[in-house]
Amino acid sequence: MTDTSRYRLVLAALSLAVVLLFLMSLATGPAAIGFADSMRALLSGDAYEITLIMREIRLPRAILGLMVGATLGLSGAVLQGYLRNPLAEPGLLGISATASLGAVLTIYTGVSLVFPLALPLAALAGAGVAVLVVRAMAGGSGGTLSIILAGIALSAFAGAMTSLALNLSPNPFAAMEIVFWMLGSLTDRSMIHVSLAAPFMVLGWVMLALTARALDALTLGASAAASLGFDLRRTQLLAVGGTAASVGAATAVAGAIGFVGLVVPHILRPLVGSMPSRLLPASALGGAAMLLAADILVRLIAPERDLKLGVLTAMVGAPFFLWLIWRSRRTML
Amino acid sequence: MTLLAVSDLHADLGRREVLHGISFTVSEGEFVGLIGPNGAGKTTLLRAILGLTPSKGTVIIGNEVKPAPRVQARLVSYLPQEREIAWPVTVERVVALGRAPHLPGFAAPGEADLAAIRSAMRRMEVEDFAQRAATELSGGEQARVLIARALAQEAPLMLADEPAAGLDPAHQIALMKIFAGLADEGSSVVACLHDLGLAARFCTRLILLQDGRIVADGAPRDVLTDELLRSSYGVKSFLGEHEGGLIVQPFDLADGSGHGG
Repeated sequence: MTDTSRYRLVLAALSLAVVLLFLMSLATGPAAIGFADSMRALLSGDAYEITLIMREIRLPRAILGLMVGATLGLSGAVLQGYLRNPLAEPGLLGISATASLGAVLTIYTGVSLVFPLALPLAALAGAGVAVLVVRAMAGGSGGTLSIILAGIALSAFAGAMTSLALNLSPNPFAAMEIVFWMLGSLTDRSMIHVSLAAPFMVLGWVMLALTARALDALTLGASAAASLGFDLRRTQLLAVGGTAASVGAATAVAGAIGFVGLVVPHILRPLVGSMPSRLLPASALGGAAMLLAADILVRLIAPERDLKLGVLTAMVGAPFFLWLIWRSRRTML
Repeated sequence: MTLLAVSDLHADLGRREVLHGISFTVSEGEFVGLIGPNGAGKTTLLRAILGLTPSKGTVIIGNEVKPAPRVQARLVSYLPQEREIAWPVTVERVVALGRAPHLPGFAAPGEADLAAIRSAMRRMEVEDFAQRAATELSGGEQARVLIARALAQEAPLMLADEPAAGLDPAHQIALMKIFAGLADEGSSVVACLHDLGLAARFCTRLILLQDGRIVADGAPRDVLTDELLRSSYGVKSFLGEHEGGLIVQPFDLADGSGHGG
């Protein structure tokens, strides 16, 4: 089949882009280190300054960019396929909002100052609560509308609680820290963040990947998919649980980063013949590439100002999304 | 051999009981038309048989009560009334989805699967647009693509909900002949039909459903009587013969049927 070879080409091109952007991310930063020197330092075992910069600052940042981007792209593709709605994105289920709320509460109470890991852990707990609520609302029947509505309600509530924390914040610095954290960033993350997030993300990716075949069948609607032998309760558990584990972990270490999960599946869908299962690996790679690129850009555009990653993705993503809608407006209902 | 045995099936939608104790069996080689007025419970009956709607009673498919989903999917194919194709995937890929119950895990389709896909596309005359996006086709063409998907499943029993709706007369008749052909080959088809003319002409057996109960079950000539059509549908009908086949054409509301007019 010709479309299969084109699909392989798309995956190969995206993989190459991810590798190149990963290396570029490693080579980007305020310390002026040549590319060859930086790579040599990364691979050598000595304890010079360059090696420390590479291993303790740039490597975790690049790894997190890769993992967070892949998470957002993959979960966006799964949710769009599962809900059969091109507007679905990881934030829709309320997982990003509740994870943010968990993190914000640790900043608000000052716990994160005493025990820094409390922040990501509380974010993960927030994501866990979101799953329980969404699953309880959706019931076992696999209805998608109640999932969307529960997610919207949950996002609104978590948003209100976050605003309340800001409203009542003990001092302007705490409020400032909450706001900056919510903008989303990969600055100053360490290998501890990587090792904290990685298990949840990998677990989430496996769960999300297992939905692939069912997502293809869901193209024909829930009844047809069920009659083709797919257990839609299992698919729902995998899609919602996988999103919670991976996006919860991503939010825990990087804050809320919007638009990647929405835009990436959109861009790549036509390139993979619109098959939901094929969109999953493509979207994971595409998300990683986009987030690595954005994280390189924030460092190049304003090296002194600590431009936030989430600000850039939304700033570039939203107009791009408008353009996508404009381009396809004739084929939409 | 019996492919489907339903006994004392009850189902409710919300608080309203829609099926009140349905019992029937379907054997190999039967093309059963499920007829009855709107709200009689035809769709609910098909969904209850498949386990898509909760129900009480016994449904035996093949030799098993409540087979595992994948096992059931190899025994029964289902063509829902709503014709949904969510993404612009090619016609060939839509039809290929019918092979899902036969493919373990992430396996790619083998020779037998590809043959089944090709044969189903040929039968429904959708080969010419195999590589076009299914969402760009007309309603009738999409309907044929989805029927091809169900045929590709190659299950011995097919449950079809209004398969002929939205097709032109030639494709309606062609479809009924395909279903009759499947029955001749030893498969069975149970189809909800609103077109009594098609039901009369092509089905080997009709089940007339009214208010969640079977009011008649038998050969088309025994079920499609003026009396039964008046009492169940509330219509007067022309019943005749043409080239040895039964012709049924409702032409007016029956008096005092309560259907207004």
